[in-house]
Amino acid sequence: MIRLTINGVPHVVDPMGPESLLTTLRDRLGLFGSKNACEQGECGSCSVLLDGRLVCSCLVMAVDADGAAVTTVEGIADGETLHRVQEAMVNAGGVQCGFCTPGIVVAASHLLATTPSPTETDIREALAGNICRCTGYGAIVRALEPLAAES
Amino acid sequence: METLLPRHLDEALAATAAHPEATILAGGTDLMVAVAYQALRPAVVIGIRRVPELQEWDGRFIGAGVTYSRLERGPFAALAQAARTVGSPQIRSAGTIGGNLGTASPAGDSLPFLAALDAEVLLRSQAAERALRWDEFITGPKRTALQPGELIVGARLPEAIPDRQAFAKIGTRTAMVIAIVSCCVLRWDDGTTRVALGSVGPTTVRPRAAETMISTERRPSSAALDEFARLVSAEVSPINDHRSTAAYRRHASGVLARRLLERVL
Amino acid sequence: MTITKTPTVVAGGVGTSPIRPDGIPKVRGEFAYSSDLEVDGMLWGSTVRSPHARARIVSIDVAPALAIRGVAAALTIADVGGRGLFGLIEPDQPVLADGEVRFWGEPVAVVAADDRETARIAATAVVVHYEPLDPLTDPERAEELGETFRVLDITRGDPDARGEVVVEGYYEVGMQDQAQLGTESGLAIPDGSGGVDLHVSTQWLHVDHEQVVASLGLPPEQLRLHLAGIGGAFGAREDISLQIHLCLLALRTGRPVKMVYDRAESFVGHVHRHPARMWFRHEADRDGILRRVEARILLDGGAFASTSPAVLANAAYFAVGPYASESVTVHAAAARTNNPPCGAMRGFGAVQSCFGYEAQMDRLAAALGIDPVELRLRNALDREDRIATTGQVIVGSLPTRRVIEALRALPLPDEAPGDDPRRLPGGTGLTTSRAAVMRGVGFAVGIKNLAFSEAFDDFTEVRAELTADGIRIHTAAAEVGQGLVTVIQQIARTATGISNVEVVWDHTGEIGSAGSTSASRQTQMTGGATLRACEAVAAVALARADAESLDDEGAWRDDQLVMTLADLVAAGPIEHLERFRHPPTTPPDEHGNGDVHAGYAVAAHRAIVDVDPELGLVHVVRVDTAQDVGRVLNPQAVIGQIEGGIMQGVGLAIMEEIVIDRGVMKNASFTDYLLPTFLDAPDMTAVLIEEPDHWGPFGAKGVGEPPTISSTAAVVAAIRNATGRDLNRAPVRPEDIVGL
Repeated sequence: MIRLTINGVPHVVDPMGPESLLTTLRDRLGLFGSKNACEQGECGSCSVLLDGRLVCSCLVMAVDADGAAVTTVEGIADGETLHRVQEAMVNAGGVQCGFCTPGIVVAASHLLATTPSPTETDIREALAGNICRCTGYGAIVRALEPLAAES
Repeated sequence: METLLPRHLDEALAATAAHPEATILAGGTDLMVAVAYQALRPAVVIGIRRVPELQEWDGRFIGAGVTYSRLERGPFAALAQAARTVGSPQIRSAGTIGGNLGTASPAGDSLPFLAALDAEVLLRSQAAERALRWDEFITGPKRTALQPGELIVGARLPEAIPDRQAFAKIGTRTAMVIAIVSCCVLRWDDGTTRVALGSVGPTTVRPRAAETMISTERRPSSAALDEFARLVSAEVSPINDHRSTAAYRRHASGVLARRLLERVL
Repeated sequence: MTITKTPTVVAGGVGTSPIRPDGIPKVRGEFAYSSDLEVDGMLWGSTVRSPHARARIVSIDVAPALAIRGVAAALTIADVGGRGLFGLIEPDQPVLADGEVRFWGEPVAVVAADDRETARIAATAVVVHYEPLDPLTDPERAEELGETFRVLDITRGDPDARGEVVVEGYYEVGMQDQAQLGTESGLAIPDGSGGVDLHVSTQWLHVDHEQVVASLGLPPEQLRLHLAGIGGAFGAREDISLQIHLCLLALRTGRPVKMVYDRAESFVGHVHRHPARMWFRHEADRDGILRRVEARILLDGGAFASTSPAVLANAAYFAVGPYASESVTVHAAAARTNNPPCGAMRGFGAVQSCFGYEAQMDRLAAALGIDPVELRLRNALDREDRIATTGQVIVGSLPTRRVIEALRALPLPDEAPGDDPRRLPGGTGLTTSRAAVMRGVGFAVGIKNLAFSEAFDDFTEVRAELTADGIRIHTAAAEVGQGLVTVIQQIARTATGISNVEVVWDHTGEIGSAGSTSASRQTQMTGGATLRACEAVAAVALARADAESLDDEGAWRDDQLVMTLADLVAAGPIEHLERFRHPPTTPPDEHGNGDVHAGYAVAAHRAIVDVDPELGLVHVVRVDTAQDVGRVLNPQAVIGQIEGGIMQGVGLAIMEEIVIDRGVMKNASFTDYLLPTFLDAPDMTAVLIEEPDHWGPFGAKGVGEPPTISSTAAVVAAIRNATGRDLNRAPVRPEDIVGL
């Protein structure tokens, strides 16, 4: 049994063997927002914050997260109010199939919270671990650039 | 599966002593891929990221648990640059230098810097402590001299580290790539030059003849640089695989080493 | 047929970019993809796959798997009733390997167990004895042996026609993966009376239905397919992957079964873009007019047919590109080998030939001393011209010249590369300084057919319904991420004046086929059906109220609300079922000629690359484009398709290739099959050329594929321009540029 605080809510959960935090979130806790596109840290679609650090939840052994605070995409909005990254992504056409979107929302909101005024190239480098196959990235960058200028 | 999450080095060493065959988990960036795709199902896991002694970075000692994100912000430019090329921010916030050593991939990005400095790898068990030079520690591709019950505590660098240092890495995309060739070049004021290359041999390669030749050149001429590049290319032993060809890697090794040398001259 | 009308002004109608209805759930992580479905008591399925490219199956023993606690079933071909075979065009692939495995990764057995881990263990516990056989992996040898899915020979005009200037070239394109981010996944739920409901991510619900019932011998009404949330497609979901296996397991166990491929399995679980070997010979007058084009095209179809016959047809029909020529000979073949099966991927055969013919146009321009863009303009096809291969007269729009001229008119960026090493070749690897960089520019033009061809009965069903709340559109069309759902809403709004439009995905028992979400066809097909159905519903409503217009409140006449929506439907529901077909096409005659296509679109790309020639590294700086879109229904969605499509074309140009060694995939992971990242993405500017087509709603054309047709060719042309090297293969590898 391990204890996790996920999006502010305490959970006690029993991961099976060396399963990943991603598997625990999805298959045991029903939090399907974090996506399972590559399960080897190459696509970023499972990105979460683990005690404030941006990680791929597919590469975190769930038992090693015991006691951690986890923020998933489900915890990014403030209730019904979208985070500005979420709102910008929808408005700018940064969402197509949306499978990469949760990871990008988590990574981009973390970037804006931790990096003052990133340039376009900074944004691109910081999000290089988040693969999107639909958009060619243009619309996502267009969504984030104005927010970066504000941050 | 039994899980141990020690909070001190003593506790960790007691755990490895009690479970010498345990799987050591640091950042998880290699281990969890094996869990997902090679059906790795360890009986005992010792997670070491809570061990404060392994997080230490004190001058020339870099604790095994220091992440690439920390290396990126550290004082050694070549190591920082190497760390920056590791995967994505997500990987760098989890992966550690100890993990890079333990995995001992020929493509390990921090390894050329450590090899160029002839860094030592500090190992401890409950019974003993030992220091192995990098090439004594890494014995082959993904093979090390780590014994059951031992932990990688960290890497120890020599006192003399030149300011003139550079690292670069070739991949077929502009970020997030496993090295096709990586290279670190260090140059001291007296001309002494050390070169180490990744992904061009079973372990990190030190082209000794090239180092010797260029170390005597205080102001290398263009011809000397050509010769240096030729020697580097001659000394690597790359293979053909799905990422590249041996011929390209051999060629690129010389080009990259020469470019880095020119940057630090 | 006339379905072009002046759009009425309604919020969120045609021509605007309203936000996608699934956008907010997606950014909140609340949108349910097929991999997110679960139901109490469900089992997890897993697949046993061949470790050989070709082998005889001596024996399969499932007993060790069944002996594991928690394992509910372990099935082989012996457990399959019905035809036991599936395939989009010809059913040639066994549901599970039958006596022999024909490609690495072919499914051999399936298991179901209480949880995913147990299922995975059970799959490894199935004992299969193989006797390895020599795999046939060389497509040229396969063609010699007559191992082909289709051979298409096209002749048109005088075969003795000659030009004064002749260029020949040999070209290759590697095997590309769609790499849709959502892997194959689904959930089959037995209904307790012999039937099953399958929730799955697919590009074409009804053709899956057809194949599942035929291969398992089910009465059609016993199977209902439901569209689940889809994480991208790009052709990867046009074929069957786990649909039949899920139904088989669910029916056998009487329990719901879920399957989710991991990425490694996804690489072998769907078909890929065909690798191609191509030879071209172009002959032209001194003034650059093409007099004769000859081509030989060989696609490696892999082990099973999939859509190889249709992909081959595209490669052959577009062997000359969007150019005129009075004399053409094409020999094209799709070989059957023991390589992984190939089929649909965005561009569908047109990508491969474009890589060849556009390289030829550049060579020809060089040989003639004519500007390459000018050469293209001199040969460009337009409305009322004939397609060079088939002789088909182009009856819709095809503004090739306008597209080329619009792109040429876009300003070129500053000559110099920037200083930031992250935007130079080698990127964050810091391999390359600005001084080591050579810049190149490449231009390419591509053509693609829209919707299905060669007499295929291509139709879409839509049911529009007026309710007190607004319009409801029932469809089975797959929303794969491209934004069809938004476009359907926009068309319905514009057609009726009612802004409240809900799209309802019906299962296969509730509505007829929408056809495939492929071939750039859904905006035209499901969009066309939506327009007609909505016009019919609106006409009934207006007649019933004797009104002039509708909106969310009701029916209006002389600025007076004469009847509310609730009152309108109180007198009985107003609905219309539309089955929409595009203009008919014919099969090719014995010369490969005929009116085989329903319409065309053309796009041009201009790539600017920075190359480090000494290390062979490339950074694609810009890819600008002009695209023939008929009419823009949703500017943001069109740009999204263009940018995403170009990115996939750039990937094929410089990094994306499945490496196969004697039938075995060497890089079936995202670690080794490299996809472009944020930092690899070029800047893009797109000019949209609006010249309404003859049958799409409001004159719209499909826009999904044209961005991928010539973007690869343009990037490689730019690398040639920068380096002076004859690069004849995509993707271009560093060693190709260095010349090793």
